[in-house]
Amino acid sequence: MAKNIRFRLNGRPTTLPPNPERTLLRALRTDLGLTGTHYGCGIGECGSCTVVVDGKAVRSCVTTLADIEGKDVVTIEGLAKGDKLHPLQSAFIEHGAFQCGYCTSGMLMNAYALTKEKKTLSRAEIIDGMEGNLCRCGAHTRIIAAIEEVTGAKGGRS
Amino acid sequence: MTASTELDRREFVKLIGGGIVVLVTMSPSELFAQQRQYPTDVNAYLHIAGDGRITVFSGKIEMGQGVMTSQAQMAAEELGVSLSRIEMILGDTDKCPWDMGTFGSLTTRMFGPALRAACAEARSALVQLASERLGVPKEQLVVDDGVVSVAADRSKKVTYGQLANGKAITRTLDEKAVLRSVAEFKVMGRSPKRVDGVEKVTGRAKYAADLTLPGMLSARMVRPPAHGAKLVSVDTTRAGKVEGLTVVNQDGLVAVLHADPEIAAQAVKTIVANWQVRKVAVDTDSIFDYLVSKAPEPEAREARGDVAAARKREKTLIEMTWRTGYRAHAPMEPHSALAEVKDGKATVWASTQTPFPTRDAVAKAIGFDPANVRLITPYVGGGFGGKSSAGQAVEAALLAKIVGKPVQLEWTREEEFFFDAFDPSSVVKIASAMTAEGKITMWEYDVYCAGSRSTEIFYDVPDSVVRIHGSWRGAGADTHLFAVGPWRAPGANTNVFARESHVDVMAAAARIDPLEFRLKNTKDERMRRVLEAAAKAADWKAAPGPSGQGRAIACGIDAGTYVALVAFVKVDEKTGRVRVERVVCAQDMGIVVNPDGATMQVEGCVTMGLGYAFTEELRFDGGKILDTNFDSYTIPRFSWVPKIETVLVKNDELAPQGGGEPAIVPMGAVIANAIFDACGARLERLPMTPERVLAALARTKTKDSGAAG
Repeated sequence: MAKNIRFRLNGRPTTLPPNPERTLLRALRTDLGLTGTHYGCGIGECGSCTVVVDGKAVRSCVTTLADIEGKDVVTIEGLAKGDKLHPLQSAFIEHGAFQCGYCTSGMLMNAYALTKEKKTLSRAEIIDGMEGNLCRCGAHTRIIAAIEEVTGAKGGRS
Repeated sequence: MTASTELDRREFVKLIGGGIVVLVTMSPSELFAQQRQYPTDVNAYLHIAGDGRITVFSGKIEMGQGVMTSQAQMAAEELGVSLSRIEMILGDTDKCPWDMGTFGSLTTRMFGPALRAACAEARSALVQLASERLGVPKEQLVVDDGVVSVAADRSKKVTYGQLANGKAITRTLDEKAVLRSVAEFKVMGRSPKRVDGVEKVTGRAKYAADLTLPGMLSARMVRPPAHGAKLVSVDTTRAGKVEGLTVVNQDGLVAVLHADPEIAAQAVKTIVANWQVRKVAVDTDSIFDYLVSKAPEPEAREARGDVAAARKREKTLIEMTWRTGYRAHAPMEPHSALAEVKDGKATVWASTQTPFPTRDAVAKAIGFDPANVRLITPYVGGGFGGKSSAGQAVEAALLAKIVGKPVQLEWTREEEFFFDAFDPSSVVKIASAMTAEGKITMWEYDVYCAGSRSTEIFYDVPDSVVRIHGSWRGAGADTHLFAVGPWRAPGANTNVFARESHVDVMAAAARIDPLEFRLKNTKDERMRRVLEAAAKAADWKAAPGPSGQGRAIACGIDAGTYVALVAFVKVDEKTGRVRVERVVCAQDMGIVVNPDGATMQVEGCVTMGLGYAFTEELRFDGGKILDTNFDSYTIPRFSWVPKIETVLVKNDELAPQGGGEPAIVPMGAVIANAIFDACGARLERLPMTPERVLAALARTKTKDSGAAG
């Protein structure tokens, strides 16, 4: 008998039926109703579906439930603490670091993982770390400014 | 249009339910005079509830351009309330006034005046009501955040909510309502944080694919391998065995539907379809001659003087051919829709830029009266013209009608590329001449398949003609092998690339600084102002090209806005790679509703423009699309983005003009010109890939060694 799949999702123990090949993106959106994580390309090329697994940014469209078994998953819905926005979220609003907003969840989760890996990031490290996330509206300069405000060498506010 | 407008208003009154209806009858309104396509009844635009909350209705949609915020600002300004009192309802065909669609940088420019007029008239009516209620002449009243009070005694007051409380009011204005002047602005002309911010950074913002209905099925369609392919036979036997799967093979649709989208996605692969593929021997490189041969008879414009005589008169003609490839819209959100057909009514939630035309298309497809179809537009994840067509909404509605359950259809990224209505590949041929002093004397311009946008000549040319050989919409079924359509400032990117590159070629031939050459050839004051503003901000150093500085200028007019860009590039002559270091944009867009929002649009334009300048060219072989995802169709990334500086040139004498498109228009030209200025290589085709830069460099070197001058 296949076992249910267990993992932590935004801090809560979560169990899904045994379907190890199911993509994390579909599990989040369809099975768990967390639609803040978006489909963009289905091949891990655009970053719209980025979530954080054990502190690392992953593309949920090419991640299976087998991959996250027993792990700690954070999605955009888990970034704010109640009504209190994460400093990255506040900085995105402050800098106008989004337009259509479709890539924004992935941008924020990718940036969040970067800040987990390293507290202080140079501008070059931010650009390098965000390079795999696509934005078609062209909010790039403001996304960089927002992340820089939180994690930049000049001193963040988090 | 009239019929549906009337209907929308009836529906509107029915739908708003509680609260107060302020009926203003003053017909015909002078404020609406220029906006006849929009309703003259203010109730079509706004609703003031008893508690003072104001709902504003607009047929425009929010796809990132910030119009949820800027329209709220316009409404708040004219009503005399703070921005936080306004709630926007966008793109709902049952609630909002009819609108043709969100494109062409028209929201602020064309809908803005109608919305502002409605709100100004509502304010006048409310002040008139307050005057009666308070027994004070209205000249002695002031409005502050929805509270009307006596100027001399602020304790005597009444709120908008109270004025409307408990009764429906019909009010005839006894004087003309006037729009607020720039000097009076409290909400417009400022940059509040976007009203969609919190929803978008928390993942709570809903896009069409995020919506669900009980019993909903997710659909996957069988798709052709190439455009023009005909379905010969289809075998759905294997799919039919999947538990819970619904197979549809009807009305030209072959689809599978399942409650679980992943099961539907797997099942569609089991369907065996045989297609007859039409072979057409045209590809990404041979398309240009094909287009010129297929293009329709031209329509002539801008005819001045006598070009035929000028051709004979001039000793030296500068003749160039400029070419551009097909470009995909590639919004991050693929087309999606959720449709429900129940009890003779259809409701469709769709990512679309055209809620009303899409409603009509759905109605036609399923055989319903448009009155029985409601199209609701949630947040749209980018459009750029690509969601002006919304075939997914029609497909979802057809399937929902067939299966009798709500249907969700999310196009895959591959479908998004395949069914995109691409910016057409185009050719522009220009022949020009000038005096020894660099005054342009002749301009003969032939554009194939890009249309007329931005072909107006603002340079002073005595003998000119512009011939438009086919539109960006396509010119007959045979011109293009797949769909083409509007792409952010349709046709203008191509036309401005051609014109401003060509002008640069002329400036270099005349040994005149490219900025000076432009100023020498135009008396258009707005153009001169933006050129000078961009040059000043960029600390322009005059020198004929190629100056080795790697800097260039290009300008254009789009959506009523004047724009000039200066770009600085570095060219790696070994690899052909180009790095854009800095772009300065000067833009005169009339009154600026939201300066930061306008600046964001400039930055978006510059960034998106890097894509069509360097990489974006959809590859195809006949009707087969070769680029179907982001692994091979490359759009701009973080590391590409230059320093972008925006100068909004003040022009408060002019009503607000377009802002979503103008700054992208000169991007191809300004970068091509900067490459030339850096190394002497003239790029005649977009995109400017490293291979093409190297080839242009090689041509330059051959020319230098082959001929003396």
